[in-house]
Amino acid sequence: MEATHQPLLRLRDLSTDIALRRGTVHALDQVNLQVDQGETLGIVGESGSGKTMTVLSIMGLLPHGGSVVGGEILFDGRDLRGLEAQELRRVRGVEMGMVFQDPLTSLNPTMRIGAQVAEPLRVHQGIGKAEARDRAVEILRRVGMPRPDKIVDDYPHQLSGGMRQRVVIAMALIRSPRLLIADEPTTALDVTTQRQILELIDDLREEFKMAVILVTHDLGVIAGRADRVAVMYAGRVVETGTTAELFRSPRHRYTEALMRALPESAAADADGQGRLYSIPGLPPDLSRPLTGCRFAPRCRFATDECRTTDVALTPDGAGSGHEFACLHPVTEPVAITASSAAPRAASGAAEPLLTVRDLVKEYDAGGAGVRKVSGRVSAVAGVSFDVAPGETLGIVGESGCGKSTVGRLVAGLEPSTSGQIIVDGTDVATLGRAARHRMHRQVQLMFQDSYAAMNPRMRIDSILTEPLEIQRVGDAAARRARVSELLDQVGLPRRALERYPHEFSGGQLQRIGLARSLALRPRLIVADEPVSALDVSVQAQVLNLMRDLQRGLGLSYVFISHDLSVVDYMADRIGVMYLGKLVEAGPAHQVVRAPRHPYTQALLDAVPSPHPGHASNAGTAIRGELPSAVNPPTGCRFRTRCPLAQDICATEPPLEGGTHQVACHFPLRQEPPES
Amino acid sequence: MTATPHEEEAPVRGMWRQGFEVFCENRLALVGVGIFVLLTAFSFLGPVFYRTDQVHTDLTQVFLTPGTGGHPFGTDGVGYDQFGRLMLGGQTSIVVGLAAGLLATVVGTIWGAIAGFAGGWLDAVMMRVVDAMMSIPALFLFMLMASIVTPTVPMLIVIIGAFAWLGPARLVRGEALTLRTREYVMAMRGMGGTGGRAVRRHIIPNAIGTVIVNATFQVADAILYVAYLSFLGLGVPPPAANWGGMLSDGLSDTFSGHWWLLYPPGIAIILIVLAFNFIGDGLRDVFEVRLRRR
Repeated sequence: MEATHQPLLRLRDLSTDIALRRGTVHALDQVNLQVDQGETLGIVGESGSGKTMTVLSIMGLLPHGGSVVGGEILFDGRDLRGLEAQELRRVRGVEMGMVFQDPLTSLNPTMRIGAQVAEPLRVHQGIGKAEARDRAVEILRRVGMPRPDKIVDDYPHQLSGGMRQRVVIAMALIRSPRLLIADEPTTALDVTTQRQILELIDDLREEFKMAVILVTHDLGVIAGRADRVAVMYAGRVVETGTTAELFRSPRHRYTEALMRALPESAAADADGQGRLYSIPGLPPDLSRPLTGCRFAPRCRFATDECRTTDVALTPDGAGSGHEFACLHPVTEPVAITASSAAPRAASGAAEPLLTVRDLVKEYDAGGAGVRKVSGRVSAVAGVSFDVAPGETLGIVGESGCGKSTVGRLVAGLEPSTSGQIIVDGTDVATLGRAARHRMHRQVQLMFQDSYAAMNPRMRIDSILTEPLEIQRVGDAAARRARVSELLDQVGLPRRALERYPHEFSGGQLQRIGLARSLALRPRLIVADEPVSALDVSVQAQVLNLMRDLQRGLGLSYVFISHDLSVVDYMADRIGVMYLGKLVEAGPAHQVVRAPRHPYTQALLDAVPSPHPGHASNAGTAIRGELPSAVNPPTGCRFRTRCPLAQDICATEPPLEGGTHQVACHFPLRQEPPES
Repeated sequence: MTATPHEEEAPVRGMWRQGFEVFCENRLALVGVGIFVLLTAFSFLGPVFYRTDQVHTDLTQVFLTPGTGGHPFGTDGVGYDQFGRLMLGGQTSIVVGLAAGLLATVVGTIWGAIAGFAGGWLDAVMMRVVDAMMSIPALFLFMLMASIVTPTVPMLIVIIGAFAWLGPARLVRGEALTLRTREYVMAMRGMGGTGGRAVRRHIIPNAIGTVIVNATFQVADAILYVAYLSFLGLGVPPPAANWGGMLSDGLSDTFSGHWWLLYPPGIAIILIVLAFNFIGDGLRDVFEVRLRRR
């Protein structure tokens, strides 16, 4: 780039340490980055890569024990580290704004929205209450808040997640900052809301001519929104370049591996059993001295040179500003092949293992004692589906659609309000106590957060033996043998048995969770968001393992997730849920590539695609908020947000069709003829 | 496959071992243990080496200043050796404190666990009992009971325990309420486990940390209650002694300049209460750090 040009923010050799009770973590090691006025820089990396530490260092919000130990943070040409405290406060408070991940915890629950949004003005500019309120209303209108003059007097808990994130953005914008830092701004939100928020940030960037730093773990979010991307790994920037360039031809082996690990890039081989590329091992421990390329221990192409020499960021020679720190860069093109998973062997004729008919679950609406609120929350409203032996049924939907409730009902954790759950030809409701107890051997549950689902005071051997003890399977010796066998199946060493859950990483815990679900040799596993807490590379390991075990043991899965690409990869058939109802069900490749319900289409369009320039279809974006499940809309529950809704939608459409069913009066396409 | 090198090196350490290490890192907790051990040894082993007559009064030897007549801490208003009396008083204070604290913790834990785990009307009834008892001022209750029954050591334990279990009951009930909704309890039910197993294997082991920490504070409180009661003249009658009662006696002589009757029991009470609070803090660290993810 031209030498005269001065970026708005430039990090030069920024190093940050965090002192812990034992030792020091070198969270950032000589990070170099820059952001220009009006530009969006995406920082992408897995957890622990230092992406959040980078922005916290800029904002001076490092956690306890953290401090910047070297380098410069040049904002508008001035090094923030050399500024006086008061000026520093002004620069950070007025010229920078920050949006955090969780909109609920970044708002004070006891302050009204208006007071909260205008707080920076009152602090930094000392303006009066009335004027502050007016400014708050104005900025809330700018971030697309409906009825801002009413909302200023509300409290955070009265707003939905997406609305709260708009408030946080309004708060960051009210001083018209020149730099907006968004740290995983949409990770806690549903895809359709995520899309709205990302579009909003884009619009505001143009309107305010701000620079934006967008920190995320999601390559899809970066691909669609950022001008330039920096990929971080283990406290260093390993590759940086324009978004188009970086996604078209990633050069660093880590970037390449990240892209290959995406479920979207599952290579579809002949039998449709494509495996995800997974990065072996774990990121390095940053509290130890590291030499050489930090990715070398997990890299397929690493040589001795990689392990011993420090590799600096070097330009790729094309003069486009694409830099990477790799001795054996990628030269062959990497394409994120949109997977076209061929339809897998249809098991069709077999007797279904699980049959669910008209399943209904209602809860009493909140409120206790005297002020009991009348009304019932309709969590699941008449859901029916089958799962064949050896098949994976994916259930997708946004939060609050009832997908997890379906999982808990099938696993027998809660009684249903009405409807039938038939496992292997036996209606669960007709069983006596003892038979129902034994039924748990057939159906097991796998949790999203295996750490939360394991008693922290039990060792792994007790955790894995517990299901066997409860079901009185075998004697002590037989149980020990079974537990060892389980560990082998999920690829963990025997030493794991003597350890406690907190000693394992997220991916390892998920393996242990899977091992526990398998202990009783169930025929069906209900997996509730089993990989959504994991990083992409680890997610690939767990998904591969689940598929291998399915093939080896003939398991069936009910795979519940909000992530369409993961479900598309895992499932044979997909059911899409909206507000307690199944709106569409059919073979995975058909539902994902030729959706029939407008909601499915909107959901698919909202998923950020890791293809830069992949234009999303603006026409299908759904607006507004999920209606309350206490008094759900009559008829088609999606009609309040549907672009195609007409009067007839007030009557309930049945779930119709052959193999690809849809519950819609105006399906987007006809079912393809049976072949 | 490249396994993670740092995990292979980490030795497998048991929970108790790790907990012990964390406890030892808290210097104040070690000081607390030290004070407790010293005071206990002083009270129970002291009389073996330093024999005094703490039964018969000797009116010829009253209010001797420390150091005179072979009395290192002097004598009190009826001629008891103050040093020996501190040992005797310590026995009562420590025994009553430990026993009452233990009683309160056990009763409160069981009560609270049942209420919190059962929920519904049973929980409502049990906790209203606790609320009702809490609304009676403790001191009033003590005075009433102490004036009805003759205060002996076992009686003191029961009286103090009868009031002090309310705190742990509320604490454990709250703990049980959150623990029973944990995902690992849900996971266990998914395997077909029963409520009994949930309480035994999951609820109690996870609530035990809070209970133990609270127990140390209960002991400290109980020692203070003994002191209050004795101070009000409702303690164990002479010739038995305890630190609170000695303090009370000493107070009536403040203006006579008999400081040796006032400071030693007062300082002893402060030390032992402090010691238990330090130990409690140390245990709290133990139970928090153990659960920390690496």
